Amino acid sequence: MDLTVEWGQVHALLGENGAGKSTLMNVVYGLIRADSGEMRFDGAQVQVHSPQDAIGLGIGMVHQHFMLIPPLTVADNVILGQETARAAGVIDGRASRRTVRELSHRYGLQVDPDARVQDLSVGVQQRVEILKALYRGARLLILDEPTSVLTPQETEGLFQIVRGLTAEGSAVIFITHKLGEVMSVADRITVMRRGKVVASTTPAESSPADLARLMVGRPVLLRVDKGPAQPGLPLLQVDELSVLDDRRQLAVDGLSLEVRAGEILGLAGVEGNGQVELVEAIAGLRPTRSGRVTLCDREVTAASPRRRLRAGLGHIPADRHRMGVILELPISDNLVLGDFDRPPFARGIVRLLAQVRDHAAQLIKSFDVRAEGPQQVAGALSGGNQQKVVVARELSNGPRVLMAAQPTRGVDVGSIEFIHRQIVEQRDAGLAVLLVSSELDEVLSLADRVAVIYRGQIAAVLEGDEIDRDRIGLLMAGAKTDEVAATGEGG
Amino acid sequence: MPLVAILLGFVVAGVAVAITGADPIQAYLGLFQGAFTNKHAFTESLIASVPYVFLGLAVATGFRAGLFNIGADGQFYLGALGGVFVGFSIHGLPGVVHIPLAILAGIACGAVYGGLPGFLKARFGAHEVITTIMLNYIAYSLSDYLINRGPLGDPHSSAPKTPFIDPSAQLPIIFADSRLHLGLVLALLAVPLIWFLIERTTIGFRIRAVGLNPEAARSSGISVARTMVLVMAISGGLAGLAGADEVLGVSHFMPPSFSIGYGFDAIAVALLARSNPWGILPAAFLFGAMRNGAGFMQLQTQVSADMISIVQATVIMFVAAPVIVRWLLRLREVPAESLQITQPEGVGAAPKT
Amino acid sequence: MDAFLHVLQRGDLVNLAAATLVASTPLVLAALGGLMCERSGVVNIALEGIMLTSAFVGYAVAFNTHNLTLGVLAAVLAGMAIAGLHAVLSIAFVVDQIVSGTVINILAVGITGVFYRAYIQQAEVRGPGVLPVWKLPGLGDIPIVGPIFFQQAFVTYAALALIVVVHLVLFRTVWGLRTRASGEHPRAAETAGINVYLVRYVNVIASGALAGLGGCYFSLQQVGNFLPGMTGGQGFIALAAMIFGRWTPLGSFLASLLFAGAGALAGRLQIYGVHIPYQVLGMLPYVLTIVVVAGAVGRAVAPAAVGKPYRRS
Repeated sequence: MDLTVEWGQVHALLGENGAGKSTLMNVVYGLIRADSGEMRFDGAQVQVHSPQDAIGLGIGMVHQHFMLIPPLTVADNVILGQETARAAGVIDGRASRRTVRELSHRYGLQVDPDARVQDLSVGVQQRVEILKALYRGARLLILDEPTSVLTPQETEGLFQIVRGLTAEGSAVIFITHKLGEVMSVADRITVMRRGKVVASTTPAESSPADLARLMVGRPVLLRVDKGPAQPGLPLLQVDELSVLDDRRQLAVDGLSLEVRAGEILGLAGVEGNGQVELVEAIAGLRPTRSGRVTLCDREVTAASPRRRLRAGLGHIPADRHRMGVILELPISDNLVLGDFDRPPFARGIVRLLAQVRDHAAQLIKSFDVRAEGPQQVAGALSGGNQQKVVVARELSNGPRVLMAAQPTRGVDVGSIEFIHRQIVEQRDAGLAVLLVSSELDEVLSLADRVAVIYRGQIAAVLEGDEIDRDRIGLLMAGAKTDEVAATGEGG
Repeated sequence: MPLVAILLGFVVAGVAVAITGADPIQAYLGLFQGAFTNKHAFTESLIASVPYVFLGLAVATGFRAGLFNIGADGQFYLGALGGVFVGFSIHGLPGVVHIPLAILAGIACGAVYGGLPGFLKARFGAHEVITTIMLNYIAYSLSDYLINRGPLGDPHSSAPKTPFIDPSAQLPIIFADSRLHLGLVLALLAVPLIWFLIERTTIGFRIRAVGLNPEAARSSGISVARTMVLVMAISGGLAGLAGADEVLGVSHFMPPSFSIGYGFDAIAVALLARSNPWGILPAAFLFGAMRNGAGFMQLQTQVSADMISIVQATVIMFVAAPVIVRWLLRLREVPAESLQITQPEGVGAAPKT
Repeated sequence: MDAFLHVLQRGDLVNLAAATLVASTPLVLAALGGLMCERSGVVNIALEGIMLTSAFVGYAVAFNTHNLTLGVLAAVLAGMAIAGLHAVLSIAFVVDQIVSGTVINILAVGITGVFYRAYIQQAEVRGPGVLPVWKLPGLGDIPIVGPIFFQQAFVTYAALALIVVVHLVLFRTVWGLRTRASGEHPRAAETAGINVYLVRYVNVIASGALAGLGGCYFSLQQVGNFLPGMTGGQGFIALAAMIFGRWTPLGSFLASLLFAGAGALAGRLQIYGVHIPYQVLGMLPYVLTIVVVAGAVGRAVAPAAVGKPYRRS
């Protein structure tokens, strides 16, 4: 594949998850070796074997998952690898802090060099990453999915920084799968699919719909077919719940919500506003500080995960590899993780493996898991098929409440459609569905009601016509409900 | 692959012996003679293998749950204390009652002593590697205290030791004109039993799930904390069984210092068997035969019996890093694989419970 | 009660303090080594084996050359060599770091046992003696402080100095910053242009030098002889001291003093006829260590990536 980036331009690299964008940029940055091909920089052929080579050329990269070291200060993170030292390798702390402060000031980044990175918000951490690249003299800056963790407002701030950089003659490669961002920030667009460049264009010459088609390879269903919800009684109730995060900070702060039978409640919000802690607290994986969780009229605030499972909770966890499947075990075992010690899968303490296999064969068929058979290990499946295994397991337990956290993250388009259909079918069958997703589009297309979470609290619950992208965006960014209503009227 | 590792282990240890100026060939001949060449040597090798079977199973069971039980030695002591106490303090029981009672006492003592670090890990996040090592030293002091003129000491003996156990508690000899005792049969039964437990029961499934992915296990409703305590208790119980078996089957009393460093040997056995219960049998026999032959070798050739520690260390190394073997044998390049047993967390780092 | 009063008399307190400092020497050094290693992301339960090997090699060289300085030097080099094996296994061959440490510990028993029997045990030559006590001129005469800190032998002085050195290296230098980065988030360090493998290799080997110096304390400063297994689990207690000290040099020093002090006090109580069985006193440091790792250690202070092998992708 070929890619040419010019100075002073923002070049968007557009493609689905797994299209090869990040891989390509890791090659450019020297983290991965290319099997073949050549790279030119400023017209000269170059070899980049390591990040050092890339840095030497003036290439900087801001990774999707930040490459910052949380317990260290901003200044330490920025200078790491290119420290100014006095005799005997002693770091010149004053000089490095001064440099960081100056750089931060020059590009309007507003970062305190003495703050510890772990105490900073995600948006500020991203600016530390940019600072790191600038400190290393980057003239070509690669931003890998930079907006996935930002509020719409923070995103706008980032765009301004990016424009400032290109105005000074630098080049920026902007990796994303979000069409709107491409249209507003890019000078040139390259679309990738399955490791190949399928188009090279500009915002003026194309439309979001064209780009979407190029990206996916076929027209996508932007909306999921679903009828109106017929909500019944509340099955999941969360009252005044407070939960601490791993750093013992209040992550969920007196939050209340309610999900009724036969509806999908979408929980929208920028990552890191307490979603993870809320989901874990509902699932029984994290202790609560105060408040109540009620599942099908039974209080389960202090119940074990197992008791909640039995009380009717199905949970599709956000991090599939960490919590959803056990990669080394066969599909059949993964499909009975919650039920392995009950009939028909066990008699006493003896497992009945034939039953386990039959059960697996059945689910593999009905959930369209592409696998060789029940005995294949889960690790050999694609991400989408692993997720189908999780979905199949959680639904086969006969839940009355389904909590789906980031159910389609890192999953191919076909599987996304399948999983979305399943979620809607379950709603129609009378389940209460809590959908937690940082993909606003997913929430918008599936949810019957949308709750916006901000700093551990529900900022607003929107229904029917109130559900509006801009409005949700503002709420996600911390705007108050009445302010949102006012801007809504004004705009 | 394990065979190559063993062979290389002998080569490395042989080189070390050669550096000291001794003849490695003579040393290995001595080792072999001491272990195999007559009926006596062979049955003694079998006798020496019995504790390794139980201890290897103990460590391997821990590995399956991602737990590193370095405390098998201490649990062995506790099991021996329990077994010997029931053996000498209760009189007048028939063998069919006395023996099982003494064995159960050993298992129970080992299980409690093994369960303790499991509990400390589950409840407080104390890394089992540190706590089990500490518990080993505590067990040595404890048995010294109890036996050396303490409550379990033999008041009629000038040497620090416990009284002899009653004949009714002694494991019967199963092979005439030898010391080969019923423990061998118990060991042969323990292997399929543990295999069944791990591969075919719900308890074993819990253990494996927790070992492979504790977070996924927890989020599916398996109690990781309870499983950790349970698996450490099973592991400790097996090590305790080994200790009871030694006093009831071989020594019939207990001196304050009883083990010959069984704990680390057990790790080697479990690693060599790749934590597979069936693999424990040959691995335990190898180590039992080496231990048995080493004494004869030291007498014959003046090469220290500690040489077999070099063999063990190198065998573990080659089993744990098959890449080295391939590289040594100049095999085609294969993707790097390696053995990861412990959960990827620091020693002392607190896991989420 | 009388006994406790005896212990509390001033002269005895100074003696106790001095004995504690001496006894903490190998703990401090091994703990410093352990924390250099773990700060870079490699678990080191091999400290025990490294110390045992160095105790032997140091003694063997001093014995054969009749030169204690060469003995100390050899002990340090031996520690580096065997730690190098730990580094190669756990870094290059991505062996589970605890398995690798276990290999070192068993190997140390084997090597020292075999060579001890072959060369030292039967020899009938006079041993090399012990490192002399240097009373520092002036400083050694200060009341209370002098007898405690300035009437010691080489390894103890070195340990005291190295606490400061390791602290400065870790928190003030480029190398220290890179070490901490590699132990917290190796991938981030790599993208910042740091060779994580190199950082880890150097730190593991440095930990061998430190623990090796600690090892020769036993054979060259304390006893003047080598005995198989003479390190007696001190390497493991050093690891506990490092954890108790929250992976910092000063903390490790204080924890080492606590552990060593428990032992020194136990010995003294014995002398004054306090009737506690010596085995119970002997258990104290181990019980204390368990209490420490179970309760007193704050959560989440270990380097985030310690124990995780790092692979470039």
